[in-house]
Amino acid sequence: MAELRLPKNSRIGVGKRHTAPEDAKRSKAFRVYRWNPDSGENPQIDTYVLDLDDCGPMVLDALIKIKNEIDPTLTFRRSCREGICGSCAMNIDGTNTLACTKAIEEIEDDVAIYPLPHMSVVKDLVPDMTHFYAQYSSIKPWMQTQTPPPPDRERLQSKEDRAELDGLYECILCACCSTSCPSYWWNGDRYLGPAVLLQAYRWIADSRDEYTGERLDDLSDPFRLYRCHTIMNCTKTCPKGLNPAKAIATVKKMMVERR
Amino acid sequence: MSLRTPLARARGLGSAKEGVQHWWAQRVTAVALIPLSVWFVVSLLAVAGADYPTVVAWVGSPVNTALLVILLFSVFYHALLGLQVVIEDYIHTEWLKHTVLISVHFALILLGVIAIVSVVRIAFIAVLSTGV
Repeated sequence: MAELRLPKNSRIGVGKRHTAPEDAKRSKAFRVYRWNPDSGENPQIDTYVLDLDDCGPMVLDALIKIKNEIDPTLTFRRSCREGICGSCAMNIDGTNTLACTKAIEEIEDDVAIYPLPHMSVVKDLVPDMTHFYAQYSSIKPWMQTQTPPPPDRERLQSKEDRAELDGLYECILCACCSTSCPSYWWNGDRYLGPAVLLQAYRWIADSRDEYTGERLDDLSDPFRLYRCHTIMNCTKTCPKGLNPAKAIATVKKMMVERR
Repeated sequence: MSLRTPLARARGLGSAKEGVQHWWAQRVTAVALIPLSVWFVVSLLAVAGADYPTVVAWVGSPVNTALLVILLFSVFYHALLGLQVVIEDYIHTEWLKHTVLISVHFALILLGVIAIVSVVRIAFIAVLSTGV
């Protein structure tokens, strides 16, 4: 059956509290999920109070400050710090987003930071993305053609056909959408989830690809595609402002069209 | 710990190559139920409080019998498709899932057939009572 409570070893306790420096004028508390696989203990929430006058504007700046100056054991992924690599996807203030593009000012109360929901946790804010990436591989995210490429130039595409990929190519595979989707939570082993379905549609929509039919065949499955119940959390949470729900709806429409 | 690769697990048993029929039937029955439900409620209000022969005659008119049968078919078919999705979503123990799925199928088909037979039966009563 569906699990309505967290398993015993996942229930979250109260952790340490690190207070702000005494001369802090604008202090802000960051409540961060901590779990260490080596300690054998349950996860806990550690609280770090920072002086915002001595901290960058984004949530990622705060996390880096905590790691550099307060607690070097805090573990999280980050790379580009400008919303293009997707590494720092996490649940901030109840919403999946990128820590690097989420301004601290947008959050009124304490800043609650958790790993992406319903993923196995490797440590602290680092989720295990193995299955997510395997699902991405499974949709063959590369151009498939029978026609060999022209010997003297690239494959051409009209401006209109290229425009079909707008809103799709921008996806950075941060997994914010998939891990916000209840269908992906309950059936993520078989349901591909919004991110991977948007990527699948990105190749279905590509005018240069010649395997549209085979791609639709592969998606034609009660679990892979049709676990989407148009909940729309994906579109609401996408930090890049994309619309995975629309991409999925278009795939469902194409399934009917080709009958 | 499994030695299967992550890709092997993601690909699983492959695509079932179905689902579009289920999805499309659910949409079509949903659309059909909008006018049918409005018609049903309005008609019921019109014959509410009428005497027995009037109601039997209303059910027995060919258009009303047909619309009632289509309404009942759509209701039970739509409910069946919807409940199937809910069960598949939330029950993850294979044997329990299939037991519940089959039980729900049996129950809804039984109820649906009883409902449709009842309408047809009233239609026959209407025909007999008018002596046509």
